[in-house]
Amino acid sequence: MSVFRKLKKNFSGMFKKLFNKKNARIGIYGPPNAGKTTLANRILRDWTGDAMGSVSSMAHETRSARRREGVTIKSNNHSISLDIIDTPGLATKIDFHEFMKEGLGEAESKRRAKEATEGVIEAVKWLDNLDGIILVMDACEDPFTQVNVTVIGNMEARSLPLLIVANKVDLPEASPTTIRNAFPQHPMVSISALEGKNIDTLYEEIAKRFG
Amino acid sequence: MDLISEHKLAEMAPIEKVKFIIGEVKKGKILVLEKGLSPSEEASLIEMTMTMIDPDGFSGIEMESYPAENSSSIFEKIFKKKRPRTRLTLIGPANHLKTLRKDKNLISALVSSSNNQ
Repeated sequence: MSVFRKLKKNFSGMFKKLFNKKNARIGIYGPPNAGKTTLANRILRDWTGDAMGSVSSMAHETRSARRREGVTIKSNNHSISLDIIDTPGLATKIDFHEFMKEGLGEAESKRRAKEATEGVIEAVKWLDNLDGIILVMDACEDPFTQVNVTVIGNMEARSLPLLIVANKVDLPEASPTTIRNAFPQHPMVSISALEGKNIDTLYEEIAKRFG
Repeated sequence: MDLISEHKLAEMAPIEKVKFIIGEVKKGKILVLEKGLSPSEEASLIEMTMTMIDPDGFSGIEMESYPAENSSSIFEKIFKKKRPRTRLTLIGPANHLKTLRKDKNLISALVSSSNNQ
């Protein structure tokens, strides 16, 4: 690339940054069944009156990323417009037998497993195109999963903002303290996306972190 | 089980590392990486694993690494580029390796010779 073209490209990027600022793209990540789509639905219902997608107790219900642009969240003195991407649950293994245990037939289980693998690939690819991440963890589960470690590592390496959400605190066995102790270097909010518990605190933190 | 030295992996490009690991794990080997993988290499490994999953054979990997430790030199602070210090990592076929417990400084895993399906 010539020096002139490089300069033109740099000035073009600076101009866009100054005068045509795009919404921050925030990905909702986490392992399967952590409550990512439940949270995405809660955010959209609260701020747009709409929903992102269906939820299920079966893992890998969300098998392709869903994106909603221009969601404006207002909290105290902050207002922020975001593009929200609800990503499929990240995993290092997908065995169709797990779906059969949930009552699906073999052919349907294999199809679902195949779609789930494609969903994980899509979620990984999105990591390169985000401005920040909301990492949803099930507060009833061990937080030291490889998925959590890999997502946090990628955000730290890129110096991008990360907000940990300890979800499902409406359940008696939930232990958000375990999550806080596991990753003390990152801000964390305890919520129940299902019941809306502590959701205003989450919006404050989103506005503060990603604004 | 193979213990892979930091030196052996350092000689490989990121994509070579990922291909090497997947190849060994598909043969049924369990690998202990002395220095682990960078976060982006871990993400690539997950991505490539997904492309290899076969309903009648390979169901994926079990991977366990400790959270990376960040080293922040003045240079890295100025350019906002952190270089995480990666740590020991255990990788194996999902049907032969199962993590029992993990915390910041301990990984407890069960290795079996038969399929756990």
